[in-house]
Amino acid sequence: MDGVLHQVFSGIASGGIYASIALALVMIFTATHHVNFAQGEMAMFSTYIALTLIEAGVPYWGAFAITIVFAMVVGTIVQKILMEPLMNAPVLASVGVFIGLLFIFNSVAGWIFTYTLKPFPTPFGEGGPLLGGFFSRHELGSTAITVVVLFSVWAFFRFTSLGLAMRAAAFNPVSSRLVGVPVATMLALGWGLASGIGAIAGMMVAPIVFLDPNMMGGVLLYAFAGALLGGITNPLGAVLGGFLVGIIENLGGAYIVGTELKLSLALIIIVAVLTLKPAGLFGKVLASRV
Amino acid sequence: MQPETKLLEVKGLRAGYGETWAVHGIDFEVMAGRVTALLGANGAGKTTTLRAISGMVKTAGTVDFNGKSLVGMKTEAIAAAGIAHVPDGRGTFMELSVEENMKLGAYTRKGDQTAEFDRMFAYFPKLKERFRQQAGLLSGGEQQMLAIARALLLKPKLLLLDEPSFGLAPLIVREIFDIMRQIKDREGVGILVVEQNASLALDISENAYLLETGRIVMSGASSEIAKDEGLRRSYLGY
Amino acid sequence: MSRTGIIIACILMAAVPYFFASGYQLFQLTLVVTYAVAILGLNLVTGYNGQVSLGHGAFYAVGAYTTAILMDKFDVPYWATLPISAAVCAGFGFLIGLPALRLGGLYLALTTFALAVAVPQLLKYRLFEDYTGGVQGIVILKPDPPFGLPMTGDQWVFLFTLLVGIVCFVLSANLVKGRIGRAMMAIRDQPLAAEAMGIDIAMLKTRTFAVSALMTGIAGSLGAIAVQFVAPDAFGVPLSLTFFVGFVVGGGASIVGPIFGAIFVEFIPNIADEISKAAPGAVYGVLLIALMFLAPGGCASLVRKAAPYMPWNRKTG
Repeated sequence: MDGVLHQVFSGIASGGIYASIALALVMIFTATHHVNFAQGEMAMFSTYIALTLIEAGVPYWGAFAITIVFAMVVGTIVQKILMEPLMNAPVLASVGVFIGLLFIFNSVAGWIFTYTLKPFPTPFGEGGPLLGGFFSRHELGSTAITVVVLFSVWAFFRFTSLGLAMRAAAFNPVSSRLVGVPVATMLALGWGLASGIGAIAGMMVAPIVFLDPNMMGGVLLYAFAGALLGGITNPLGAVLGGFLVGIIENLGGAYIVGTELKLSLALIIIVAVLTLKPAGLFGKVLASRV
Repeated sequence: MQPETKLLEVKGLRAGYGETWAVHGIDFEVMAGRVTALLGANGAGKTTTLRAISGMVKTAGTVDFNGKSLVGMKTEAIAAAGIAHVPDGRGTFMELSVEENMKLGAYTRKGDQTAEFDRMFAYFPKLKERFRQQAGLLSGGEQQMLAIARALLLKPKLLLLDEPSFGLAPLIVREIFDIMRQIKDREGVGILVVEQNASLALDISENAYLLETGRIVMSGASSEIAKDEGLRRSYLGY
Repeated sequence: MSRTGIIIACILMAAVPYFFASGYQLFQLTLVVTYAVAILGLNLVTGYNGQVSLGHGAFYAVGAYTTAILMDKFDVPYWATLPISAAVCAGFGFLIGLPALRLGGLYLALTTFALAVAVPQLLKYRLFEDYTGGVQGIVILKPDPPFGLPMTGDQWVFLFTLLVGIVCFVLSANLVKGRIGRAMMAIRDQPLAAEAMGIDIAMLKTRTFAVSALMTGIAGSLGAIAVQFVAPDAFGVPLSLTFFVGFVVGGGASIVGPIFGAIFVEFIPNIADEISKAAPGAVYGVLLIALMFLAPGGCASLVRKAAPYMPWNRKTG
């Protein structure tokens, strides 16, 4: 029983990281109906920036903050330069750009930082496990950070007028312009925010999986699955979906098929669930009157 | 407020989509504190004209607002300059609550909006009842009221209304036009209203222009046009 | 382009192995044809029918392994594996197409992506090792030219691949030009109207999936014969991504598009490698993005725009 609980808690810890990336995906999806395949690679690249800063002697939390700002700026610039001009182009053109970005970030990271696995520090100390031995210190700390991030993002969208304007721009760009919301700026800010959230997820996952240019490949896939499992139009659902995927992955890997097939198993379970419930577990069918 | 100042002056306006023009060089003006109606059949270019003023379509010619040219300005900047536009289909933010829709209406204004919200509730008491509900669940008439409230919260100098009667039951249309009359008297805004329902529009407006396939074929005081039976029969169909 | 033009182009391509390319170049051209067929399969289901698949590498893998296992374990001649491989992949595609009926858009993308992840892992799985050869894969023999034709094995493999490829393209072109093709596109653009016109959406979608898997599976068989080797790691997510890039570059809903896409995915990585040994992926990414800016609708859209100015289409006077 303890073993099961341990797997569940590990699942919650990695699920939190999937949940963050899932949220980033949902944010961009709601605004543009695109899934940003490069989200994971952008997060990976930001994590390298954090490592470089830490190795240069910047204290952990300073590097953490600088990295988030860096990621937000890069996200905003990418949207302005690459995505905005293609706003009226066919969807496949944007998909092509996402895949191109994925290649670029991956390759440039490999070029600058090499493809060798690098250890990444945790700010939560190396000591023994906590909470009755179920959580490692890093798992507990990163879950706490994830929860704080997710809550802040929710509060930002729910209670600030900028957050409201960003949601409005995503749902109804035409009406948003007519009330004076600069929609293009909102989209760019959305990309920046998503990229910042991704960077935090990258810095939280790197101590567990080690840092290398391909670190986020699996994470992005789990996050995508989590977003769909929870309902891609529903940010809260996507977050819950991310946690759920983490738990499914850990339990399935430990007790059913072993690590070599755990990715396949997790995906098959998710696809099976989606076949039964196509809008996702928490996806709501939006009510509207015409 | 001097009623005879020109709020909006449009000269040789052409507007359209992609390769084609839908409006072929029209002149008209809107006076401050007055209602001007753009009449015409489906496809005459009325909606395109409103969209041109708001910078939403390809535009050529002169559009001066308070003596300042709007051509080439971004839609959001035109809104911030004091032009509120209720688009065709009402432009409701369906996913958001009534409250959030109204907050967005006041997006360009700083500070506490409670007093402004209360003013809107005086015109549209239904919105107060439905304040916390999802806007997509409102009836068509309620959505039209929300749309007008959203536009007025911008504190506009010019209000553009695209087919406020569209798709609504006659009783609701009358209610909305009654409220529009109050708004016209109290808010001192210039209103440019596009309508297929000519009798309603002539009734509420001081001046009217008649559009046909992208050109103005008739203009004058609304009361004169309403009196001219031949004109009514041949162009307005009632 | 006129029919004669196409026939002349085919003959010219068939002559290539004699006069121009040799060795590695010929091998690359064989792969271009193979990829073109694989991307054509993807284009049928995604471009014409609007069902996004990120996992066509899986069908390619199934086709390749069918051919390899039949040749290696059952001594079936290489050409005879093609119909069997086609049937296996069509059946597999049909089965995958069934849940796809309920899962539109992104959900289908995830399902097929899951397939792309799962298939290589299953090919490695120890229970199937007797057939699949596990991580090691299977080595197969290069076919000899038939009837004592005076050419090398490589040249014959190219000709054989080209022949099969041309058949696939002609069949697909006829398919999309006809009634079924119109129905496929109607489902993509106006599903409600298509249903109202009496199109059996469910049946057509699953069948399209099956035909698409069949094409890509045949490509897998051709690829296995050309490479003379199959191994799970060659058929992972990157291969599916390669097909998708080829599809996007070529342009959706186009028969010639996949040819451009195949040329891009076969040659551009080499060019990128020559430009920058340090970060070839970055050069590849930049070229891909640049192409999307130049031709947002893919190469096929450029061809469509250029067509009226081509000599064979220009009206005199």
